[in-house]
Formats: sequence, structure tokens, C-alpha cells
Amino acid sequence: MMEINLPQIAFFALSALALISAIMVITRRNAIHSAIWLIITLFSVAGVFLMLHAEFLFAVQIILYVGGIMVLFLFVIMLVNLDVAAKQSQFSRQWFVAVVTALVLTAELVYGIYLDHRGFLIIPPPPAAAATNNTQAIAVGLYQTYMLPVEIASLLLLVAMVGAVVMAKRKFE
Amino acid sequence: MLDSALQFLADHSLVLATVKILVVFSVLSGVLAYIVYLERKVLAFMQARLGPMRVGPWGILQAIADPLKLILKEDIIPSGADKTLFLIAPVISVAAAFTVFAAIPFGDKDIVIHGVNLGLPLISNTNIGILFILAVSSLGIYGIILGGWASNSHYPLLGALRSAAQLVSYEVAGGMAIIGILLISHSMSLVDIVEKQQSMGVWNVFLQPVGFFIYLVAAIAETNRSPFDLPEAESELTAGFHTEYSGFRFSLFFMAEYTSMVLVSCIAVTLFWGGWLRPFQGVASLDFLKFTPVVVFLAAAVAISLGARKNQVPMEKLVLFAIAACCVLLAAALAYPLVTSAIQGIFWFSAKVFIFLYAFIWYRGTFPRYRYDQLMNLGWRVMIPLGLANVIATAAVCYWLQPHPAAAVLGMLTR
Repeated sequence: MMEINLPQIAFFALSALALISAIMVITRRNAIHSAIWLIITLFSVAGVFLMLHAEFLFAVQIILYVGGIMVLFLFVIMLVNLDVAAKQSQFSRQWFVAVVTALVLTAELVYGIYLDHRGFLIIPPPPAAAATNNTQAIAVGLYQTYMLPVEIASLLLLVAMVGAVVMAKRKFE
Repeated sequence: MLDSALQFLADHSLVLATVKILVVFSVLSGVLAYIVYLERKVLAFMQARLGPMRVGPWGILQAIADPLKLILKEDIIPSGADKTLFLIAPVISVAAAFTVFAAIPFGDKDIVIHGVNLGLPLISNTNIGILFILAVSSLGIYGIILGGWASNSHYPLLGALRSAAQLVSYEVAGGMAIIGILLISHSMSLVDIVEKQQSMGVWNVFLQPVGFFIYLVAAIAETNRSPFDLPEAESELTAGFHTEYSGFRFSLFFMAEYTSMVLVSCIAVTLFWGGWLRPFQGVASLDFLKFTPVVVFLAAAVAISLGARKNQVPMEKLVLFAIAACCVLLAAALAYPLVTSAIQGIFWFSAKVFIFLYAFIWYRGTFPRYRYDQLMNLGWRVMIPLGLANVIATAAVCYWLQPHPAAAVLGMLTR
């Protein structure tokens, strides 16, 4: 039998919170409530990052997703007339396709977990001493080992951003 | 009895952390009440008034009377409000503001009582200190947004929207200002950043004046303080996001605003003004500066007794003289060499934070409020480009000054 320790309890609690709040996100009628449950989901995932000694990811997850993107989400939702949105049907025409896709993904994940070591290359967790330099490790990975892919990805994002701004401007005129 | 209790604390880090949290929380709550009093007094003097004078001598008990009044008031929930969100919104604001203090270092000397070492005067020293601060302090906005939306009323909603836009814009500029510090200090831990300033012998503000200016403006905007207090501009929005709040919940929003004011002052002092370091620490001929705490309390005693002589009410006169006597006793205790050296860090940290808080009040008394489009223009067209330029310039200078940058990176990798 596996020994249950404190980190494991924390991991299961955070995962349960993430799953429950994710379900709440898609079942709430009020869009603001959905957004708040999504914030809680993002928080629990940040907690899982922290459990894995990825402090930098933990902080960035909260700064970017919770502190930035979700604030803008709420900002937009507040400008929408919620009374109309709440009365609309909660299922769109694509729900059947979505269910099939979700089931296929679940099957793949279950099979992958069932295969365990045979299916995945599991990297052993870094020793505790290396984990303290998590930020530097990420910096070295991004700006030395994978310099070119990162630059290409950032260029793509920049193009997408400029495109979005141009399209938004054209609509105003 | 005391010794065994202290030893117990030193042995159990979780209990020790809890005790430190309680100490920081209670000291901060007391300080908050008196910042409100200070603000009312200073603003009053700037506007040639007297300010609160009724409760206690010179109104010094006003700081206790106000919270009491607010707690006893009725807590009204508007009938159309989203009840749950309306109730938790102020709590989110206050909790986020207080949580950030977990990463602020207040001093450098270990706290030693009766020979038992209780560690540094800070709650935790994480290697992502700055990121933690940025992350948690950005959560306070949810209290404002949700409070404004849940009130189901026009003014609060507009105030909340303004606040969200303002915070998101200025957070970017503030972050840019901090990147310059990171480039200089090579660390994200606040303790390391202050120690780096000590080893360099110069505070970051002299290396990063532009960064400091940007951070200061962003900090004022993020705390919704005048001249950027658009979310609660009373001439346009009644009271902004907290229009519908009353009683204790209103005071929670109030507390959150003042806590974040103390907070950004603490961060500015730590990052730019040398944290707990004494001015001219390296100059031996200026070593007498370590007696500043004694002089400050003696001066306070003199000022209070001079004021007390003019007071007409016998009871108030007595109280003021008693306070002056306490100040003299405190000064005498601080003159004891062991105490003098022990409190240096905390004294200089608090003194610098106080100067910042005074400046915040000063700005409110002197600057007129910005218009909303001016605020956005300043944020996006001046502060963010300036911040970017500052980051690029700092990075270039750091790279240029480093003897062998490639070798340094390799050394970091192999360490």
C-alpha cells in the first residue's frame, strides 16, 4: 500500500478543487459566476505547480491568468447584458461533436495512465537543490536551449496581436 | 516560563510563522487607524483647518472612535445585489492586501529574546519574492470589480470598470520598472535585493531614477489614490465602487486602500531606497546617525510638551504630558547600546515608509485629479514606452559592464 503523506493530501485536495470548480464553470448560468469559478480553477492549478517546486510557474500563472486575463474577461462580461445571456439555451448545436471529442480524449488519457511507464518517458523529479533555482532553469531553457523556437513563437504572437488591433480599428471606422 | 515558551517558538517553525503573522497583522491594523488620522490632520493643515479635535487631546482618539462607529453601523445589502459576491468582495480586497506582507523584509538582524534566536524579522523569504508580491497584490482588484458589479447599480459598475482598466494599464508600467531592479540585483528575493544594495554601497534609486519614477506613478495609480482616484471620483461617480456599501464592509474597502498604500511604500523602500539600510552606512564619520531613533523620540517629547502647555483642558494636558514622558522613557531605552543596534533595521525601514506615506497624503493635498482620458494616455503613451526604454537601457549597461557575460552564464549553469 502507498503511504499517504502531506504533499499527497495537498495534491488530491488541489486536484479535486480544480475539477469541481471546472465543472462549476460550465454549469453556471451567470457568466460572472462562471468566470469566478474559472479563477478558482486557475488558482488550484497554480497550487499544483507550487507542489511540484515550480515556483516561477506558480507566480506567473497567478500574475498572467488570474491577475491579467481574468480581469479582462470580467471587464468584458460586465459590459454584456447578462439578463439576455442567462435566458439563452446553454447547449449549442455542436454539443454532440464536443461530447464525442471529450470521450475520445478521456479514453486516450485513461489508456495512457494505464500504460504508465511503458507509454511515457517519465523524467525523474529534479533533486531538491536544483529545484531552488527554478527561475534560472526556465530562463536557461527559454533563452539558450530553445532560443529559436521561442523567438518564432513570440513573433507569431506579435503578428496575431497586431492583426487583432488592425481588425478592431477597421470596425470602428 | 518565558524562556520555555520562546524555545518552543524557535523549535516549531509553523507556530513561529503564525505568531509573526499575528504580530505583523496587529501592528499593521493599529498603524492603519493612525494613518487615517494622520491623513485627516495633514490635509487639514494644508487647507488651513484644524482637522479632528474633539475626541481626546488634538483628536488622537479619533482613530479608535471611527472604526468603532463603523462596526456598530447597520450593514445594508441592496435588494437587487448578488448577495454572495457582495458579501465577499471587500474581504477579497483586504485579504489580498494583507497577504503580501508575508514577503516584506522588515530588518536584517535576527530577533533574539533572552538568548533565543527567533529568526529574521520577516514572515518568509522566498526566492520569488517580487513575483509573489506582484501576483498577490494584483488580486485586490477582484474585490473592487466584484463589489462594483454585485451592487447592481450604475455608479459602482462604472467605478469598477474604470478601476479594472486603470489597474491593468498601470500594472504593466509598474512591472517594467521592477525589471530594471531585477537586472541589477540578479535575484527575485527581497532580502537579496536589499543585501545587494548594501554590497554595492549605493541604493537602487540612484541607479534607476527613471524606474523609481515609473514605479511611484504606477503605485499611486494602482492604489487608487489621488491624483489618480478616478474609480471613486466623488464629483462624477458619487463614491465609485463602494457607493452601495455601508458599515463594516465599507470600512474593509477603506482598510484595503490604506493597507495597499502602506504596501506599495514598503515595496518602494525595499526595491529602491535600501530597505532596512541606514543612510551612509559605509561612512565611519557619520556613524552617529545610529542615534537618530533616540533624537526622534526626544524631539517628539519636546514637541508634545510644548503643545501641552498651551492646552486649556487640565485632563488633556495631563494626558499629553504623560505621552511626552513615555517618549522620553522610550528614548532612554533606545539609547542603551544593545537596543540601539537591535532596532536599527526596523527603525530605518519604518522611517522611510513613513516618508512615503506622508508623500502620498501630500500628493492628495496638492495635485488636482486627472481626467480619465489623460490617465489612460499617460499610462499607455508615456509610462509604458518609458518603462520599456528603461529596461533596454539597463540591460545594455549591465551587459556592457559585465566582464565576460558568456563566462558568467556558464558559471551559473555549472554551479
